[in-house]
Amino acid sequence: MKRSFTTTAVAAAGLAMLGLSTFGTAQAAESITVVSWGGGYTQSQIKAYHEPFTAETGITIRSEDYNGGLAEVKAQVEAGSVIWDLVDVELSDAVRGCDEGLLETIDHSILPPGDDGTPAKDDFMEGTLFECAVANIVWSTIYAYDKSKLTGAVPKTIADFFDTKKFPGKRGIRKNAKPILEMALMADGVASGDVYDTLSTDAGIDRAFKVLDRIKKDVLWWEAGAQPPQMLADGEVLMTTAYNGRIFNAQVVENKPFVIVWDGQVWDLDLWVIPKGAPNKETALKFIAFSTDTKRNAAQASYISYGPVRKSAAPLVSTHAETGIDMKPHMPTAPENFKNALQNDFEFWADHQDELNERFNAWLAK
Amino acid sequence: MAEAVITAAPTEVSDAVNLKARLRSATARSRRNAFLLTAPLLIMLLITFIVPILDMLFRSIDDPIVGQAVPRAAIALEDWDSGAGLPSEEAYAALVADLAALRTGGSDGKALIGRFATRLNFEQPGVRSVITKTARKAPKLKEGPYKDALIKIHKKWGQPEIWAAIQRLSAPYTVVHFLASLDLHYDVEGSIVGQPEMRQVYITIWLRTLYISGLVTLLCILLGYPVAYLLATLPQRTSNLLIILVLLPFWTSLLVRTTSWIVVLGRNGVLLETLAWLGLVGDVDRPQLIYNMTGTIVAMTHILLPFMILPIYSVMRGISPTYMRAARSLGANPARAFYKVYLPQTVPGVGAGSILVFILAMGYYITPALVGGQNGTLISNFIAFHMQKSLNWGFAAALGAILLAGVLGLYWLYDRVVGVSNMKMG
Amino acid sequence: MPDSDIDTLVEFVGVQKSYDGETLVVKDLNLKVARGEFLTMLGPSGSGKTTVLMMVAGFEPATHGDILLDSVPINNVPPHKRGIGMVFQNYALFPHMTVFENLAFPLQVRRMGKAEVESKVQRALDMVRLGGFGHRRPGQLSGGQQQRVAVARALVFEPTLVLMDEPLGALDKNLREEMQYEIKHIHENLGVTMVYVTHDQSEALTMSNRIAVFDDGVIQQLATPESLYEMPENAFVAGFIGENNRLMGRVTEMNGQSCLVEVDAGGSVQALAINVDGVGTRTTLSLRPERVTINPAEGSCPNVFDAKVEELIYLGDHMRTRVSVCGHDDFIVKVPNSSGNVNLTPGEMVKVGWMAEDCRALDARE
Repeated sequence: MKRSFTTTAVAAAGLAMLGLSTFGTAQAAESITVVSWGGGYTQSQIKAYHEPFTAETGITIRSEDYNGGLAEVKAQVEAGSVIWDLVDVELSDAVRGCDEGLLETIDHSILPPGDDGTPAKDDFMEGTLFECAVANIVWSTIYAYDKSKLTGAVPKTIADFFDTKKFPGKRGIRKNAKPILEMALMADGVASGDVYDTLSTDAGIDRAFKVLDRIKKDVLWWEAGAQPPQMLADGEVLMTTAYNGRIFNAQVVENKPFVIVWDGQVWDLDLWVIPKGAPNKETALKFIAFSTDTKRNAAQASYISYGPVRKSAAPLVSTHAETGIDMKPHMPTAPENFKNALQNDFEFWADHQDELNERFNAWLAK
Repeated sequence: MAEAVITAAPTEVSDAVNLKARLRSATARSRRNAFLLTAPLLIMLLITFIVPILDMLFRSIDDPIVGQAVPRAAIALEDWDSGAGLPSEEAYAALVADLAALRTGGSDGKALIGRFATRLNFEQPGVRSVITKTARKAPKLKEGPYKDALIKIHKKWGQPEIWAAIQRLSAPYTVVHFLASLDLHYDVEGSIVGQPEMRQVYITIWLRTLYISGLVTLLCILLGYPVAYLLATLPQRTSNLLIILVLLPFWTSLLVRTTSWIVVLGRNGVLLETLAWLGLVGDVDRPQLIYNMTGTIVAMTHILLPFMILPIYSVMRGISPTYMRAARSLGANPARAFYKVYLPQTVPGVGAGSILVFILAMGYYITPALVGGQNGTLISNFIAFHMQKSLNWGFAAALGAILLAGVLGLYWLYDRVVGVSNMKMG
Repeated sequence: MPDSDIDTLVEFVGVQKSYDGETLVVKDLNLKVARGEFLTMLGPSGSGKTTVLMMVAGFEPATHGDILLDSVPINNVPPHKRGIGMVFQNYALFPHMTVFENLAFPLQVRRMGKAEVESKVQRALDMVRLGGFGHRRPGQLSGGQQQRVAVARALVFEPTLVLMDEPLGALDKNLREEMQYEIKHIHENLGVTMVYVTHDQSEALTMSNRIAVFDDGVIQQLATPESLYEMPENAFVAGFIGENNRLMGRVTEMNGQSCLVEVDAGGSVQALAINVDGVGTRTTLSLRPERVTINPAEGSCPNVFDAKVEELIYLGDHMRTRVSVCGHDDFIVKVPNSSGNVNLTPGEMVKVGWMAEDCRALDARE
């Protein structure tokens, strides 16, 4: 009796495991896990990429939110149990993750040519394709203000942000050395092309912090992207740095009287990466190719004001899906907005982020 | 008679042995059952608590990357005196050989270069790109002199700092994280010195964490004691109802409770709007009550208050009102009776509440992250920063280990001063 | 002793107490406690005796009326200024202080010098034979020792009045009796006035000069232990103090001090008229079991009835005999175990008789 019970139990357990693994693979063929930043940005990706992808291939997409950074990816890869298939990351993380072997390399030949026939490697803007990452959008850190709170002169330049004499009031800034140090230098008259050279010297760092010293007592620091529009709306701050898409959303969808100042914007990329050992790498690659084709790349700009990375997609940017307004003037890459713009230098930040964040934290603590 | 005694003695001894054996076998079963009953808990504790802590402690000193990445250079640098100029040509050659081997060693080798560069960059800011750049060129350097070749690739190879960092980090275990946690580091000669002033953060943060935790504990005592007293002196039925009110916040998420303080204390929040309406604060020049230390202290005090009230309340419940009456009848006025008779008897509850609140406050994370702003963040926020953003997990582990040691130390101190057995949790 | 003669220390004048504003726990209390007296308030729980004590101590305000201490009204004097010693039911020794500190406490609050405190404490401890226990904590003492410390603490500051609230309730029987004598001796030696609350009649009888029997918020009788037992004035006191046989009946004839009562079950009894309003009123006849004789000599007592032996309980010095008489089957007779007494057997028919002076006609309450 006892033995037969044991045998049965072992057999049952074996069957169960077999069943589970079969089930697991069946499941894997059906869906992938795509991780992004949440909020309006993820919504735009679901509308522009996920839904058409599922409609076309029948593969369902599990969408998860995260707060950026490589911590989860590193944990999953090191533990050998990767559950994310595709992650939307910032450039510096993409580069670093690739360096440290946390990410799969991506063969760029899987990317389709542009609608006008330009091969992918020429159709993507310069500096948007990497060994382990393919960019999907251009976003920008700008500063914005609430025009209903100002009478008379309005801020127009990056220098105005750091001028509390001219525009008295609180300032919201992301609690990170990047990219407020660059903005501070530009406000102090450093040309955008010289910013990173200046910041590579001790004198340049001192200069940036001196500019920050001017407004330190008036600063409220934010950490999550959803905070700055909220702080503006609550009247906590007069002006704040922010991601341009978040402000756009507040302006257009929520009808807030916010104005973006594009002067001195620091633009950056969001990229698709695949964690090393992702369970559904092939499907993830398929999804990357699908979501970065000309049509999809342009379509996502109908939902949020982040610019496409494909040159062939830029002219296709049309109107906002909900309000019908023309999206082109809201793109960070629109010529009007792009006059005094700085591209975030991932190489500089990969080298100096620990040092500068430490110094930034020390400066904050004083 | 004498014989009988002699023969009886051994029998008694062997009986005693038998008795012990019999007792053991009789209790063995119940002991085994007791162990089996607690085994799931023990295993869970081991897996979810002890192992992660040991892993954290290990990570805080574990530092194998440099030794793994450049073993030849590590050997070549063994006898180098970092105070006496640049290392020898052999060390340069060994490093080139190491990097070339990694560069041509497939994706694992390349990943190791990345990790090596990142690791070194924590110690010597800015060398990450020097390493990756050099590694790219290393396979092409077929012959010496390597020294000149490397310095040509980047001038930092002509400075002893980078070499001193490699030499120091080539050991598999390190205390640099603990040094950094206290704003210390090794200078190029290998002696321990303070960080330059503009990079000193952690001492300030440790002191601030202690200060805020202490202040929050004190405020919790001041606010919680009268509440507990009220609860303890009211009729049971009423106090049971009020206890639910004390516990009510536990049923709401921590996030909700914290953000509700943003609503209350914000610039256009309930409090300041009311004060402005009363004309007590201006419309423009309002005090900043949130996103700074004030906000952190207020929100943390509110959230941790129940942890103070409950132990004090349970101790007070056990104190018969006749003690106060006795003191009064002996001639003590109410204040003196309270101070001399009631208060000392509540010390175990206050002690338990304080240590609970203080330890919880020391490790508080979400609340300071949300409302802490510039000067209201605690050490756990920096641990989180190094876990999530800078990915310097060894450093985060060292900060965590120091926090753990500090908490244990405080607990030990409390035991010495008040006595842990004197503590009543409820 | 007549009220007017005594040297009054405590006086209650028309004192009432209500906790809920609806019912009176103490109803119109008028009582004088003589200086140096040991007065016990005896009564069942809820009779109001502890409330009276608490009003004297100052822990409960009187709802109406005055309490005078040394002819001074103390209604508005806070407890700590009354200078009254008190021993509580569970001793209320301060657990965080040593025995010495407990005793020193009332002296220290009176700002007494250190040497004086020490000598007084030592004397008080010696008085209760605990001279060597000063350094111990209350938790390290036995119940009896704690009790003695509590007594010493209530006396150490030499109050003129000491209140004791069921102080022996928590002790076992032997210890309780020992402590009764000890407290009695302390009282005799110090000449201090004591007001003692208990529900234990033997305790009250042993220790007191006078006993006030409480029931229903009213003093039922105030008298010395002896007269309380021998001459209860109402049915409650007769029933509460000692054992007592009761026969219900109606007064048929009044004859000065004595009266004739017709018992409900038939038969006429001669009794002392104590608490009857006249002919025709209902009454309770009260008779102590030891005053009843089995088979009395012809003509020796005026009251003789037939009885049937129901039960015999051998108690050493006497035989407790339950008989049925006059329709009551719970009539108890104590037959002394002296030579020449008859041997009774259950079921046997006997005669019982008693003197008219031993039979008291009281109110018909209950």
